[in-house]
Amino acid sequence: MVANIKDKAVICGIGNTEFSKNSGVSELNLAVRACKAALDDAGLSPADVDGMVTFTMDTSDEIEVARALGVGEMTFYGRAHYGGGAATATLHQAAMAVATGMAETVLCYRALNGRSGHRFSSGVSGTITTADAIHWGWYTPYGLLTPASWVGMFTQRWMHLTGVTKDALYEVAKATRDYAANNPAAFFHGQTFDRAEYDAQRMISTPLQLFDCCQESDGGSAVLVTTPERARDLRQSGVAIRGVAQCAARDQEQMTSFYRQEFAGIPEMERAARDAYAMSGLGPEDIDAAVIYDAFSSIVLWQLEAWDFCGFGESGDFVQDGALRPGGRLPVNTHGGQLSEAYIHGVNGIVEAVRLVRGTSVNQPAKTVEHALVTSGVGIPTGGALLGKQD
Amino acid sequence: MNDEQQQAFEQCLYRFVGRQVCARTAAKDAVNEAMIRHWAETVGDANPAYTDAQWAARSARGRIIAPPAMMYSWNQEGFPVVAQGRAPDAQTELVDLFNENGFTGVLGTNVKQEYYKEIGLGERVHLEMVIDNISEQKATARGIGYFFETLASFSDQHGDLIGTQRFRVLKFIPPETAAAADGGGAEQDTLQTPTRIAAPRGHDNSWWWEACDQGQVLIQRCRNCQTLRHPPRPMCGECQSLDWDSIESCLEGELLSFTELHHPRIPGYPLPLICGVIRLREGVNLVANIVGAEEQALAIGMRVQGKVEQVDEKTMLPQFYPAENGVEK
Repeated sequence: MVANIKDKAVICGIGNTEFSKNSGVSELNLAVRACKAALDDAGLSPADVDGMVTFTMDTSDEIEVARALGVGEMTFYGRAHYGGGAATATLHQAAMAVATGMAETVLCYRALNGRSGHRFSSGVSGTITTADAIHWGWYTPYGLLTPASWVGMFTQRWMHLTGVTKDALYEVAKATRDYAANNPAAFFHGQTFDRAEYDAQRMISTPLQLFDCCQESDGGSAVLVTTPERARDLRQSGVAIRGVAQCAARDQEQMTSFYRQEFAGIPEMERAARDAYAMSGLGPEDIDAAVIYDAFSSIVLWQLEAWDFCGFGESGDFVQDGALRPGGRLPVNTHGGQLSEAYIHGVNGIVEAVRLVRGTSVNQPAKTVEHALVTSGVGIPTGGALLGKQD
Repeated sequence: MNDEQQQAFEQCLYRFVGRQVCARTAAKDAVNEAMIRHWAETVGDANPAYTDAQWAARSARGRIIAPPAMMYSWNQEGFPVVAQGRAPDAQTELVDLFNENGFTGVLGTNVKQEYYKEIGLGERVHLEMVIDNISEQKATARGIGYFFETLASFSDQHGDLIGTQRFRVLKFIPPETAAAADGGGAEQDTLQTPTRIAAPRGHDNSWWWEACDQGQVLIQRCRNCQTLRHPPRPMCGECQSLDWDSIESCLEGELLSFTELHHPRIPGYPLPLICGVIRLREGVNLVANIVGAEEQALAIGMRVQGKVEQVDEKTMLPQFYPAENGVEK
């Protein structure tokens, strides 16, 4: 068992910029405004911040954000690796820093011009200069270049082994579209959607069609993490980090763990789920709502299985019974998710999970949300966090 | 280009030194507020000496002056030059000579301006330009080439020198063209055909790709515990031995999964583009393209047979066919 930091760090502020397809501003501008919004939400000033965490993929350095925002001395700063796998890893690092006293108030942020700037769908290119260039070299000559192609390969095998069909993938997409229709911040706000429209879209990489794939968005999101003592004095009711975990599993690659003997699964998320449940003392039956990383529709299904809401291969039936819907067993991605609100690398999902616990989601379920799950991207080293009302 | 050809070329080339590109010519417009304002806005220069008449009247100069750095703008050709092309002059002739001899690359390397006299509204700039110098042949990072420099002199209506501008340009043989020439005049067209994105080669994988270039798919094997591993890596994860050799795969296998990439289209890759994960008979997995069958004819679990084939002019790759197609080994 990993160290237990249950309830030793509390989310006290959340912030988003507007989401768009062309922000017209720098990624640093988005980062700073998202951070400022989180501080305003908490009723804190930049001078109160002494730590920061973002993604290794983020282009806005902590010190640049600090200078622009007017943060003074920072005693903790760090970055989390592996694309969207870093989403809740930012919380993980912030919580560890706050729990150990290395910092008191830590900003977690992510901002990107994901549509007007570098588009993930354009794939890895010949100009890669990162240290894992050799790794990508096992795929680039064959044209296996885009996130949709990697996830398509996993999905095809998983559907083959489980018998889950496109009906389940459609239900994931449809649920997020219906939530987004009611969310003014969402790209698909106010728009209807049905099976005919879903089926009519072009194939991206079999079996994934256009609406199985998330948005490409410009925008920023931030959450502010502090000590339980300080959180009690702030503007918003605190949202405690009950459990948080991450995992890179055996024979793990970034998005392409095709060399495992069986690759229709996400063992890294299964381990993270076990650890987060153990830390929090909670089980799947205690989770009232969730924000599940949805870069693609199919990956939501695997995560429902990894977090033990249902068994392997049962997620199709689970979602088709209406579990993800407002009155369902587990309302999921109530902001519209990355499929239908915006793709801010999962950090807009943390913001929504905090809202669910506060009771302020635009699609707040009728039942009380005592605990919400939020997860990071999968296919990569990943993780998740369990959030609950601060005692 | 051999030595003799180079000598002949340079003889023509250096005749251009000192040649006039244009005789002293008056600008179409006198110095005026509108053009100054447009230039200052574009450049982002808010100096009131250029645009604020009241401020300028109270300044030591007592009048608005044209931005010195703008002096080249007054004599710029208008938009028709874009559609109609530039009338031939010594500089276009020089550029043509370079291009005809393979020095098709062009790179502006520096601009140097010197200022001697300020001018005000209503005055008129005159331009005169010569080819001032041409360097000896240089080996640059861009390729083999020559620098040439034009010297533009700007004067006012009285003939007084306002300033000068030196513009230095590198004309060079682009590396692709150089490679083609070395290869005995391979067609430039075929070289411009996009090829697949090659795998970067480093210490841990170059041996694998070099074998692939020779038509073999190898599988790394721990020399200590005999465990096979792919993709290659420096240490055995089972026994931590650094000692390894390899075996050649028979390329018989089972299809574990596949995906056809419909969108986006990637230049250099064929259609249909199907990628698969194959469990080789030796026990390790291999990612490769599936060819010789439509996607509808593929099924997870089917037997496939691979073959290392040339897929474009630079790339050898293993490709897998449905085994029923009876690919010969």
